[in-house]
Amino acid sequence: MPSYFCRKAFLFVCMEERELLPHLFRTEYQKIVSVLCYLFGIEHITEAEDIVSDTFLAATESWSARGIPDNPTAWLYTVAKNKTKNWLKRNTFFQQKLLVDLQHNIPRGEEIEVDLSEQNITDSQLAMIFTVCHPSIPAESQIALALNLLCGFGAQEIADAYLTNKEVIYKRISRAKDKLKEADIKIQQPTLAQINDRLDAVLKTLYLLFSEGYYSTSTNTVLRKDLCLEAMRLNYLLVDHPHTNKPAVNALLALMCFHASRFDARLNDIGGVVLYDDQDETLWNRELIERGEYFLNEAAATPDVTKYHLEAAIAYWHTHKADSGGKWENILDLYNHLLILEYSPIVALNRTFALAKVKGKQQAISEAEKLPLADNYFYHSLLGNLYTDIDDHKALQHYKTALQLANSAADKTLMAKNIDQLNQRRSN
Amino acid sequence: MNEFLLVFRRDFKTKEIQPSPEELQAHLSRWRDWFRSLESAGKLARPTQPWEGNGRVLKHDKSVTDGPYAEIKESIGGFIIVKAADYEEAVEIAKGAPILELGGTVEVRMAVK
Repeated sequence: MPSYFCRKAFLFVCMEERELLPHLFRTEYQKIVSVLCYLFGIEHITEAEDIVSDTFLAATESWSARGIPDNPTAWLYTVAKNKTKNWLKRNTFFQQKLLVDLQHNIPRGEEIEVDLSEQNITDSQLAMIFTVCHPSIPAESQIALALNLLCGFGAQEIADAYLTNKEVIYKRISRAKDKLKEADIKIQQPTLAQINDRLDAVLKTLYLLFSEGYYSTSTNTVLRKDLCLEAMRLNYLLVDHPHTNKPAVNALLALMCFHASRFDARLNDIGGVVLYDDQDETLWNRELIERGEYFLNEAAATPDVTKYHLEAAIAYWHTHKADSGGKWENILDLYNHLLILEYSPIVALNRTFALAKVKGKQQAISEAEKLPLADNYFYHSLLGNLYTDIDDHKALQHYKTALQLANSAADKTLMAKNIDQLNQRRSN
Repeated sequence: MNEFLLVFRRDFKTKEIQPSPEELQAHLSRWRDWFRSLESAGKLARPTQPWEGNGRVLKHDKSVTDGPYAEIKESIGGFIIVKAADYEEAVEIAKGAPILELGGTVEVRMAVK
């Protein structure tokens, strides 16, 4: 075979194999949108999004016909810059108004340069996080907006995670965007005072974003994992910035690392939940656990204890499967602290599980039954578990109620299995 | 063998129905796969050629607008020229066009000899 043929075949294989990075469009979308919003001001978010959408459309048209360029990201940045320049030239509104009050003072007569350097991307995203988490925007919308603007998710993807339809999410996002414009919220580097004021809201949004992925009833495991990773990425952005690298920020990241370490172990092939006791420990991600430990250490820089510290510490103990060295005593203690800091019936319910491990099922039952959670699936599934061996009849009743309340197919299967087991024991 | 023009159109304008970046990326790879399969089957009469999305529209009074989004909903995403025996085969080829997934259409026209 002539050697040139081999070479050609080889080149062909290389070209065939050059694939796009997974999520390249999603990742670059949110970066460029942040940079443009930071440059234009948040009131021009629609224009920013139009320019970026146009850029991706151009990429789709050009790359499908010509193949993928050597450096796709650089290609996207060049096209986005040019499209922005053209838009600025054409747009009379911009010339009359925006140019006058552009937030970053650009020397007169100089052309506006879209700065897509790593530093400016990070700054823009940080500013965007604090804008999205503005108190005037309802929490529910903050998350949808964060997913859209900070994570580059489309309405359909967000709808899939929330198990709702696209229109609902689309409306929620556009209302939140209108609110940003109306309220004249500035997108800017948060001042130290603003960081102190708004960091709680930011952390809460990131926490909910993570939980949305972690506890969602959607069976789309890839998407759920993406949500968790995005929450972690944004959280890391805060840890990485000297002004926002606070103990609570580290604590939340530690919490996410510990939870995420079990991501593969806690879901089965069909997206159902595998209970903690049944998880295959070898599937736990050791690297994430170690990172979590590092961030938890960082979180202890000051004596302040937030709910993220306590939840991270509880999650930390759960990374040791073996019941040794006062594991459950520690967890119970942490839950007690957590309840003092911020009472919630669900946290109280989780606490009773630790209580059962430390003080026995009887005491846990009497505390659990005081909780106002009669219409909650977890309440009945936990009581079913606690009553097993103590009063199987009551256990059966709770499992049956839980079966009716269960939302996901996996939960229903689990409850049906428990009911079967109890019935078999009773008939033996 | 005849040559057929395949024109791809879709609504690029209505915001709510535009694909997300992630969907667009997946869409892109399906276009590439499709073009490649046409190429390797020897069905492409001309190499593929991307066109700018915007361009100009000239109206009857000779006024020029940046187009083509202004007045019509659907616009041309691109076109290719394929080789096929007849309309039946050309339409069969057109059925593989990824534009259909995004609610678009393919117009098929045979070249007059």
